[in-house]
This record gives sequence, structure tokens and C-alpha cells, in this order.
Amino acid sequence: MTKNLHIDVDERGYYGRFGGAYIPEMLHPNVEELRLRYREMTAEPEFKKEFDALLKDYVGRPSPLYFAKRMSEHYGTQIYLKREDLNHTGAHKINNTIGQILVAQRLGKKRIIAETGAGQHGVATATVCALVGVECIVYMGEVDIARQAPNVARMRMLGAEVRPALSGSRTLKDATNEAIRDWINNPDDTHYIIGSVVGPHPYPDMVARFQSVISEEMKWQLQEKIGRDYPDAIVACVGGGSNAAGAFYHYLNDDRVRLVSVEAAGKGIHTGESAATSVLGTEGIIHGSRTLLMQTDDGQIVEPYSISAGLDYPGIGPLHAFLIDSKRAEAISVTDDDALAAALFTARTEGIIPALETAHAFAALDDMEYGPDDVIVVCLSGRGDKDLAAFTTYLDQLKDS
Amino acid sequence: MNRLTKLFREKSSDLLNVYFTAGYPQLNNTVTIIRELDRAGADLIEVGVPYSDPMADGETIQKSSMKALQNGFTLKVLFDQLREARQHTEVPLVLMGYFNQVMQYGMERFVKAAKEAGADGLILPDLPVFEYENEFKHIAEKYDIQVTFLITPNTSQQRIEQIGQLSTGFIYVVSSSSITGKSGEITQAQKDYFARIAALNLPQPRLIGFGISDAKSFRTACEYANGAIIGSAFIRALAGRDDVAAATREFVESVLEPVA
Repeated sequence: MTKNLHIDVDERGYYGRFGGAYIPEMLHPNVEELRLRYREMTAEPEFKKEFDALLKDYVGRPSPLYFAKRMSEHYGTQIYLKREDLNHTGAHKINNTIGQILVAQRLGKKRIIAETGAGQHGVATATVCALVGVECIVYMGEVDIARQAPNVARMRMLGAEVRPALSGSRTLKDATNEAIRDWINNPDDTHYIIGSVVGPHPYPDMVARFQSVISEEMKWQLQEKIGRDYPDAIVACVGGGSNAAGAFYHYLNDDRVRLVSVEAAGKGIHTGESAATSVLGTEGIIHGSRTLLMQTDDGQIVEPYSISAGLDYPGIGPLHAFLIDSKRAEAISVTDDDALAAALFTARTEGIIPALETAHAFAALDDMEYGPDDVIVVCLSGRGDKDLAAFTTYLDQLKDS
Repeated sequence: MNRLTKLFREKSSDLLNVYFTAGYPQLNNTVTIIRELDRAGADLIEVGVPYSDPMADGETIQKSSMKALQNGFTLKVLFDQLREARQHTEVPLVLMGYFNQVMQYGMERFVKAAKEAGADGLILPDLPVFEYENEFKHIAEKYDIQVTFLITPNTSQQRIEQIGQLSTGFIYVVSSSSITGKSGEITQAQKDYFARIAALNLPQPRLIGFGISDAKSFRTACEYANGAIIGSAFIRALAGRDDVAAATREFVESVLEPVA
């Protein structure tokens, strides 16, 4: 390391000026209990043992680090894929829900609530609730329920109740609002499993720690494959930013590694239908966290847009706001069309159908500069089965044009 | 003198605080509603500042806020409306909104504009005590805007004392762990909680809110505190009414009428 970086959260949950816990008093006892206990609880040997065993035998970790030969030839560089799509339930989301269900058990909570956008976090939450046998309620925007039908069916199969969020843009932001309101109304028996590195402290840090297994494995996998334990760049998509947080985590303070955050530009950054928070966002409060978010001059949160339900969010986690603000990470915005093209390219070049969210990370390879010997890790955060309807429409359009 | 200070010196029981959403049902109803609430007997008024993502609010206030925003509500409109209302009334006005609105407008700029427009107090349910002390307290004090904090049945004794020291306005006693807009009988457990808070002898007046909806719940709340806050029930009473002045009068009269 050539520079001394010290990127970490402080006791109050701030990364620089981003983070904190801007919550109504009704949520204070629950959030404070988590804040005081999460580090100690998750550091206990018994907790670690249980968490690691479930990740290994239930989730199927370690997830492979795969050298994408044909894709590397195409781009003229060395591309490795961190295969979070091969986890049980098909995305990185389960790393966090395994951790949080163990936390919920230790807190004595019998009822679990969650928000979901693409449905991957909802499925991962429904899965761990079935695993330990507790009630599960997942809030999902009405728009997302329609566009991610396969995941809705999976959640129901797993015994979860999917409640439509009918307010606002009826997407991830609104599902999160509804989950927060549920928690306010049910403070005693309920734990809220937030799916991303968003929300009031300690959620962003707690979720990042559970997801950090991604970069923990990358270190020894790279050592094995290329003889050094770091890549030149890590590319990950960012909605709230949990897979990116996990993929960046052990390299945050290693400035040999470029961190590339890929956002959804929707129909184009300046079309009014976008979710590119690093460009369009200003500092403010969303879901209890001080971060960058898309808002009007009058402080009303703007309804975002992306074809990808998981990236269709008007904010980013406070860690990512800090990384972008401090220029530690570079942000790239990718449109719907470029993401669809990248999904098709990935499918036909490597035989892997990525989630629409992840497809944004692949599309960013077109906009990056790198040398032939550079090692680039793309976090392949999820598989694309849930997006087949969108892909089919896209294929039909290609045929017609 | 701050109008809230004056009010609390003159009256210490049965204080009726009515909440309404500014810019609802029509954008220009704000002044009419403030004037009619004052005339009909509200002791203080909580002016809800419509917000896109009101996380502590139930469906009634969410919907009224969305409608107000669709009507064209902005903070500039609000401050103009308050200035106009102030030409007619000296009733204490407390703004209730969310911290993001204040941050985006600029903390000092917001407080200054609110004060100049005639506001006396501020409630920002998502502004935490720690951040208030660090960033906001000196601004509120500079412009003599009184800041109210919420306490709930789950707020610890230690924290209530801390909030008691920091609240410059009244203390907002949230009647149950819930979002706004629930109604129904006040339970014995709630009465025990109100009595527990009353016994702490906090320096500020206490107003009970959330779930107070009619004469009966208002009277019960007043037995345990200096007064109570009614919000969602009033918004519901305004829905679909063309004559908001009459709807406002009728509502306040119904709350203040003696309970058999």
C-alpha cells in the first residue's frame, strides 16, 4: 500500500460525513440495541462457527473465482468473475440474510420483515426464515412484483408473505418505507433484515461485514490463481451497494486496487428517468442515513428509474457516498440498453446469464481503460433467471429491428 | 416572547394542538385552516410540511402529503402562506416535517425563514438527539425556534431525561409504538405509561399524540398531560369537503364538546 487510507465507520456510524442514524424515536430502542451489540455478537466464536458452517454447507461457499477466457480475449485484458450467482438462491444476498437471521435469533426476535427490489433479497430472507422456522413478511413495490414475478413465486413457495408497497413510485424506495413503518408498529417481536448497505447505523456496516466474505475469498483465490492477493480493479453494480461493499471491503484501504461502482443510468442520465445517484444526487437523508440521494431543490426525494429493479433506488449506501465523494471509487453509469446488450454478450461469450443488475457491471467494461495484463474482477452478483421476461422482450426487439 | 412560551404560561391544561398538512386539500387552504382552527379553539397548531417519504406517518398523512405535493406545495409557498396567516392570528405555529427538507434548504436558512414567516416551533421526528446537539441546537436557539422531541413507551428513563434537558418546546408523548393515524380506545397500559411520564415532573409541558382522534380520547389524554395532539382524524374530516372552513369548525367543536 502506497498511501495510508483508513476507511472505516466510526462509533456513530459515519464514514466521513455520511452515515449516522436519522430515525424517529419509535425506532430508537431497536436500532440502539443493534448498535450496541452487533460487533460483539458477530465476533463471538459460536456465532462465527455457525455463520461459516452455513455459508459453506448451505450457501455453497466459497463461490468460485472464474477466469473468463473469451471475455478477456474480447476486451484484451484479464477478467475474473466472482461467482456470487452460484450461491444458494442465486445471488450474494444470502450472505447477509444468513448473518442477520443469526443476529435476530440472538435478539430473541420471532418475526422477520424485509424490503426487496429485484426480489433476490426477499428470496434470501424467505429462505433463512424457512431455515430457522420464523414468520417472514417481505415488502415489495407493486411495480417490482409485476416485473420480478418468478421471485415473488419463490418467496411464496418458501412460506413468506409478500406485501405490495402501494405508495410513491411503488418500487424499492417505497418497499423500504413500508418495512420501516412495519417495524415502528411492531417494535418488540420483529427484526428488520435490511438487504443492502443502507439504512440507519449499524445496518450499513453490519451488512458490509456479512458481505465482506466476497473479498475475503477473493484474496486467497487470486493468490492461488495469479500469485498475488489483489486485482488491479474490482467492478460491481451499485443500487444500495451491498455486493460492491462486499467485493471492495478488504481492499478499501489498498490503493493499488481501483474500485469501480456501476450505477443504473436508466434511459440516460439526463432524461429524467435514471437512477445514477453519484451524478444526480446531493447530500441528504434517506431511510435513516445521511448520504447522496436524488432529490428536488425543495428536498423531496425523486422517484428513480431503471429497468433493473435492484438498482432502481434514489440513494446509495453511505460507504459508497464516501468512496465517491473522496474519489476512492470511480462511478460509471450504464443505460438500460447497454445493460441488456451486456447481458446478452455475457450469456453468449461465457455461457452465463447474469441478473440485470449485474449486467450493468459487465457493460461498464466498455467504458473502462485497462492494460492487457491488468487483472479485473467483476462481481457477478446474481443470476438472471428472474429477468428472462425482460431478456425475451429484448431478443424479440433485436429480431424485429 | 415566543408564542409557545406565552401560551404555556397562560394555560397548562386541556391544550388542544391540531395537526394539518399544509397545502391540503387545496394548495391555498393553509391560511383558512389556520384561521379557523384558531377561532374554533385550538390552542396551538402543528403545520405538517408535506414530504415525499414520511416514514413515521400512516396512510392518511402520506396521502394528504402526496396530494399537497401534487397541488404544487413548496417551502416557498409554505412560508408565504404562514406570513399571510400571521396577519390574522397570533396562535402558536409549530412546523412538523422531516430533516432532509431542512438540510436541503440549508439548516440556518430554513430556521431563519420559518421564524420570519411566523413559526414558533419545529418538530423533526428523524433528527436524532446527537445530531441536534452537534449541528442544529445553536441555530434553533439563535432564532428562538423551540424544538420538540418525541418520547415513546419504549424510550428509556435515561433518554427521557436527556430529551427533557434538550427539548426547548413541549414534549411530544407518542401514545403507542406506532406510526400516525391509528385510533381506538386508550388502554390501561397506555394510561400507566402516561402516568409514569407525568410522575417524572419534566420541566416542559407534555402533549400526547398519535391515536388521539375525538373528544373522548382527547379528554382521557388531558387527564395525564397538559394536552393532546390530533392529526390524522382531522385530515380525514377534511377529505372530500369543499367548505374547509366549515369542516374545520365542526371538527374542533366535536373535539371540544363535553363528553357525557
